[in-house]
Amino acid sequence: MTTVSFEKVTRRYPGADRPAVDALHLDIADGEFLVLVGPSGCGKSTSLRMLAGLEDVDDGVIRIGDRDVTHLPPKDRDIAMVFQNYALYPHMSVADNMGFALKVAGTPKDEIRRRVQEAARILDLEAYLGRRPKALSGGQRQRVAMGRAIVREPQVFLMDEPLSNLDAKLRTQTRTQIAALQRRLGVTTVYVTHDQIEAMTMGDRVAVLKDGVLQQCAAPRVLYDEPANVFVASFIGSPAMNLQEARIADDGVPLGGGRVPLPRGVLAAVAAEGGDRVVVGFRPEALDTVAPGEPGLGMAVSMVEELGSEAYAYGTLQGDHDGGTGAGSGTGSLAAGTGAGVVARVDPRTPPRKGERITLRLRPDGTYFFSATTGERLPNE
Amino acid sequence: MNTLSPKLRKGLLYAGVAAVVAYCLAPFYWMLVSSLRRTSDIFANSPFPTRLSFENYLAVLDPSESFTRALLNSVVVAGITTAVALVLATFTAYAMARLEFRFKRLVLTLIIATSMFPVVSIVVPLLKMFVDFGWINSYQAMIVPSMSFTLPLAVWNLTAFFRQMPQELEHAAMVDGCTRGQAFRRIIVPLAAPGMFTTAIITFIAAWNEFLIALSMTNKPEMQTAPVAISKFSGASQFETPFGSQMAAGVLVTIPLVIMVLVFQRRIVAGLTAGAAK
Repeated sequence: MTTVSFEKVTRRYPGADRPAVDALHLDIADGEFLVLVGPSGCGKSTSLRMLAGLEDVDDGVIRIGDRDVTHLPPKDRDIAMVFQNYALYPHMSVADNMGFALKVAGTPKDEIRRRVQEAARILDLEAYLGRRPKALSGGQRQRVAMGRAIVREPQVFLMDEPLSNLDAKLRTQTRTQIAALQRRLGVTTVYVTHDQIEAMTMGDRVAVLKDGVLQQCAAPRVLYDEPANVFVASFIGSPAMNLQEARIADDGVPLGGGRVPLPRGVLAAVAAEGGDRVVVGFRPEALDTVAPGEPGLGMAVSMVEELGSEAYAYGTLQGDHDGGTGAGSGTGSLAAGTGAGVVARVDPRTPPRKGERITLRLRPDGTYFFSATTGERLPNE
Repeated sequence: MNTLSPKLRKGLLYAGVAAVVAYCLAPFYWMLVSSLRRTSDIFANSPFPTRLSFENYLAVLDPSESFTRALLNSVVVAGITTAVALVLATFTAYAMARLEFRFKRLVLTLIIATSMFPVVSIVVPLLKMFVDFGWINSYQAMIVPSMSFTLPLAVWNLTAFFRQMPQELEHAAMVDGCTRGQAFRRIIVPLAAPGMFTTAIITFIAAWNEFLIALSMTNKPEMQTAPVAISKFSGASQFETPFGSQMAAGVLVTIPLVIMVLVFQRRIVAGLTAGAAK
């Protein structure tokens, strides 16, 4: 059990025009479950592999505890890793797979057997210890891969998308099991995933990466409530936050036939940038359906997604077709992922119908403002 | 095809397989049958020997022919060639499959290109060189050229084999406390066994059947390999070609190959890596 720190760690692949990981700076506390999340190619796996010692570090320092491990081979780092495809040794039984690291380390045989038994009991694998990996189901293989890590009693667990090969139901189950197991063992864990739900449900803290750059590292709630920039805002949360870029007029922005007043801090920040545009963000659940005719945003519903406990209406805000206000135009890349459409959470008992026009009210505390040039979130006061 | 009944389709399938097998085995069968004929009816056309006779085998194994010695020479030459080529090819192929370096494709192409020279074109220069080395009538004069012919194929074969092995296996082993070398020895080599046995068989057969180099580099009967010895069998008189004993020797030379393939094919189990990933 120990801390892990990345200090301005950079990895450049030869021939690539930008670093795969760019000056990553992260401190992971003892016993913490840290999730690295981001779209594919964001450098999350590379970061993990650098911590494992499977990838060279071009710049910066990685520490496990007080030890500088930057240039140590994997075997000297006292880490255990669960691979995306499990990488079980096919020519060994489940027990031998789990005990391999101990055998390499020269642990006495009865000690190995005891620890393998213990891990098998925790993971419900006792009946399969004599089997070869090919005679196991996907979920069982995943557990063997976990077992191989647990048996080691390492200082740090590394997990590289360990659930991505499981079907949806099993993934949800295993997600909770892994999180519970980690809490119980109290071993510092770094977990890589591209799935923001996995990240939010499992992590003590979540580090969001994009293009090799750390965007924000915070507790799930903080990421959700206080996203640092447009990318984090759109990446965290499902359905994603609605983002609309608009020109500022009369200290406010037009939105869906209405007008959203801008806080003074936002106006000052935009003025300091010398721009006249701002990205407005609001989550689907920040919209309340109100009676038609009341002041609010008009929305033409084009699709309704009913999930049972909740329902979402997809459509366009009134006035969006005028052009220029949709997020797709202007700094399209900043608000990408939402298109020009808007998603609103609606009452699942009385959802609107396709083609209907509804009126929505935006909760005042549910509005975010982002710089149209940098994408950074602007102060809300 | 849909109009054929399943039974007929199956029948045709077996007929096809039988035809191919018969085509491949016919020469060997004729050799076997001829070797069991008496010298007097060596040119008989009957599909079975009319009078079974082992006189050819007795003649071949007669100490004066020194054929047993030639067999032993063949075992030594082919055995050492296979063992050394396999070790070298394994290391080379692993490097080719796993290391990233410049001109890798060029190196691989060069390796395969070396096997493209016809043996005939290099046998004279080799002979001159080996005379200078004093290697005539030595095992290494046969082993070294044999290796150079078999290595390229062995390297390519094993490179393809190592490439299809998930790299995470070594990574997992390295995280589990192995050095790269230990990961190779404890994880990769056991899994590569089928590929290595296949390569060993191909190499052994090539080295075992090698004729031209073995013929050129030896002039003492006690250093001849089996194929050379067979070519030098003499009949009772110089006007008589010893077909019978040549056939018997041919059968004897083939037997070790058959045994080797039978022994090793049990190890050539496809899908040994099944269950490693996913």
